[in-house]
Parts: sequence; structure tokens; C-alpha cells
Amino acid sequence: MESTSIFFTSFKTTDLWFLAEAAYRTLLISGISISLGTVLGLIFGWLLHEGRLISTFILSPFLDIFRSVPLIIQLVLAYNFAPIIGLNIDPFGSGAIVLTIYTTALVANVVRGGIDSVGIPMRRAARSLGMTYWQDMIYVVSPIGIRAVFPAWVGVALGVMKDSALVSVLGYVELLRASQILITRTQEPFLILALAGAFYFALSFPIARFSERLEKRWSQ
Amino acid sequence: MIEIRGLHKYFGEVHVLQGIDLDVNKGEVLSIIGASGSGKSTLLYCINALEGIDEGRITVDGVEVHAKSTDINKLRQKLGMVFQQWNSFPHLTALENVALSPRIVRKMSRSDAKKLAARRLEHIGLGDKLNSYPNALSGGQQQRLAIARALAMEPSYMLFDETTSALDPELVGEVLDAMRLLAEEGMTMICVTHEMGFARDVSDRVAYIHDGAIEEIGTPEQIFSNPKSERTSRFLANVR
Repeated sequence: MESTSIFFTSFKTTDLWFLAEAAYRTLLISGISISLGTVLGLIFGWLLHEGRLISTFILSPFLDIFRSVPLIIQLVLAYNFAPIIGLNIDPFGSGAIVLTIYTTALVANVVRGGIDSVGIPMRRAARSLGMTYWQDMIYVVSPIGIRAVFPAWVGVALGVMKDSALVSVLGYVELLRASQILITRTQEPFLILALAGAFYFALSFPIARFSERLEKRWSQ
Repeated sequence: MIEIRGLHKYFGEVHVLQGIDLDVNKGEVLSIIGASGSGKSTLLYCINALEGIDEGRITVDGVEVHAKSTDINKLRQKLGMVFQQWNSFPHLTALENVALSPRIVRKMSRSDAKKLAARRLEHIGLGDKLNSYPNALSGGQQQRLAIARALAMEPSYMLFDETTSALDPELVGEVLDAMRLLAEEGMTMICVTHEMGFARDVSDRVAYIHDGAIEEIGTPEQIFSNPKSERTSRFLANVR
């Protein structure tokens, strides 16, 4: 039994730090993807709503591909495809790019739904008051649309954060990958997965709480 | 003055407006009556270019509404409009609903816009609802809010598109009263309406529209008591 202890050592407090660092990487890659994906999603969602020909024939099918192909396949394809066209991107880079596009595709549809939720009569009322297209967009459509689809956006954000675990297949040491490393060493899957789960929870809980409070304020 | 000449409008294959000629003078109240689908609301939408036109010409105080060179956002400030659906901005209080366009379109300061909005709302009997959100207001109150919101742009003309059709019967009166008050103050008004009592009492002229054309236009007495057209009398017999 003594020889096995070379390979398997029990869980130490420094491992907790190792997990915390990995949680930070999860936060980093999902934070970047969600932020960029939301900004791009706003633009593409607006295009989906407004630009008829472009959105029907190019944008919509393109976004549909990224929404429907499993993320893990997209990640592996992108990571292996990049060197072929001469790009040298590390796992973090390719993971962030794929997650961003994936988020963009999801957010674009949420945004389109938000704009659509503000009916034509409401928009005509705004325009009849002399508002320009963009004044109507900023002061009327945005606040009403955001309230309508904010819960859906939170769902996307939380989903992307959890899905960022898939970037582990590329070797990026985020929470899931770190847990696997620790499990291999300590042979304590229950403890470590429970800890990893707790970290994921700690990352999503503030977002969920924050959105809950926002929604409550809006409903007044 | 609003001048409409040879106005034609199509929705796809449907010829909705078939050559409308109409003048509306300053200070006049014109009611437009007619069956649903006769094109009377479309006519109203054409006047402030919420709908495009296919033929003809509309001018407001000499400015051609549908000309490319016309700054339509500026022109629309002259043309207040109230719709069948009141379309209150649900995220804003009554006061903010009214103050929004004066602030962003007329570039008034926040406090001036709020003062103006408060005056407008008090004038129309909503002085105690300044800080209420639309979902706490009745349909009639929201429709009065929509009138105050349009008036806050200090328009020269007001267009009313079946403003009472979506209201519960007991709420119609307060909105008509608000419109009466406005007419008494000398506002130029074009009212598309199914309220024959209002059309008879308040209007200077009444136009009956049939299938996208003005069948008959005249004083309320002429239209309601002594219509020249067979179609007009048949329509009036049916709505009474």
C-alpha cells in the first residue's frame, strides 16, 4: 500500500486554492464570452429584426448552425482547424472565441425577441411624438424589450458559464479540468466534485440573485 | 392648414384610398365616419407619414409631408396623434410618459419638461396620478394620458384614431369630454370615430368615407339630418 501513496495523495488545503484559481479561469473565460457575445448579440439581434434579406438568407442560418451544433464539437473543430489555416491559438483563445460566437447566436435571438415584443402600435406612438428611429429604440424599445427578455438573457448567461466546462477538452484548466486532475490524484471524486459544484454555484448565485432583484424592481 | 390632393394608397393589391381630396382649416374639428375597413384610419396614418402614400400629395402648413426633403420628425411635432390603443410607455410614470418627448425631442430641460407634463396632466384631470405607472391606471385614464402626451409637444393639429373604440363603455365619456374640452379651446382636430353623438355635437364638418373615397362631406346637420347620398343614409341607419 505504501507505493500507491506516491501517486495518490489526500486532499490538502492548497488544493482548495488550486480549485479557486480554476474557478477564476472559469469566470474569466465565461465573463469575456458573455460580455462580448452580448454586445455582438445586440448588433446581430437588431439585424435579425431589421435587415430582412441579410438576416433571412445569411445571418439566420449562420446563427442557427452555432446554436444547434453541440458546443463540444464546435470547440474541438475550432481548436484543430485553427492551425490548418495558420493560426496558432491556445486553448483559452479558441475556447473564448467559440464560446463568444455561441453566446452571440443565443443572445441575438433573445434580442430579436425583445425588439419584436414591442409592438408596432407602441412604436408608431413613439414616432408620432416626433421621436427619431434611434430615440424610439433607446427610450422606448430598449427599456420595454429588456424587461421582457431579461430573464431569458440571464438563462443564456448562466448556461454559458456552465457550458464553459466543455473548454476543458482543449486542455484549458478551468473548474472541471482542475477537478479531474485532483480526482485522479486524490481518488476522492465525491468531495472534489461537490467542491467544484459549490464553486459553480458561488459563481452563478450572485447573477441569479441580482437579476431577481432587478426584475422585482421593474415589476413595481 | 392640411391639404390632401388626389391621395391613393394600396396595401398590396387592395386599393385602400381611392383619390381623396380634403382640406382641413385651422381651428376646425372634422370627424371622419365610415365602416370598418373603409380606409379612414389609413387616411389619418398618411397625414403624419406613419404610412407611405402611392399617389397624390399631402401638405401641412405648406410643407409636403411625403417629400424626401421633409424632416418628418420635425413635422410630426405639429401633428399630435392619439390611437385606438393608448400605448402608454409601461416603464414610465404618467409624468415621465408625458415629459419624455418634450425632453428628448424638443430638448427641454428635465425640470421644464416635468413642469409642462404636470400642467398637461392636471389640465386633463390626472393631477393626482402623476407618479402612477400606466398599469395602475384605467383604460380611460391611459387614453387621457395619451392625449396629454401628444399635447405636450404643443402640436397645431390633433389626429384621433378611434380613441374610444377599445374602451369599456363606462370609460368612453371621460375621453370624449377631454376631446370636447380640446375642441372648445380651438384645437384643429381630425377625429376618426364611431361615436356619432360626438361627431354631431362637436364637429364643424363630418366626412363619410366609403370604400376609400369621401362619399359625402358637410356640416353635421347636413350629414346626419339630410344626407344627399343614399350610401350615407344607409350607413347612418345601420349605426343608429
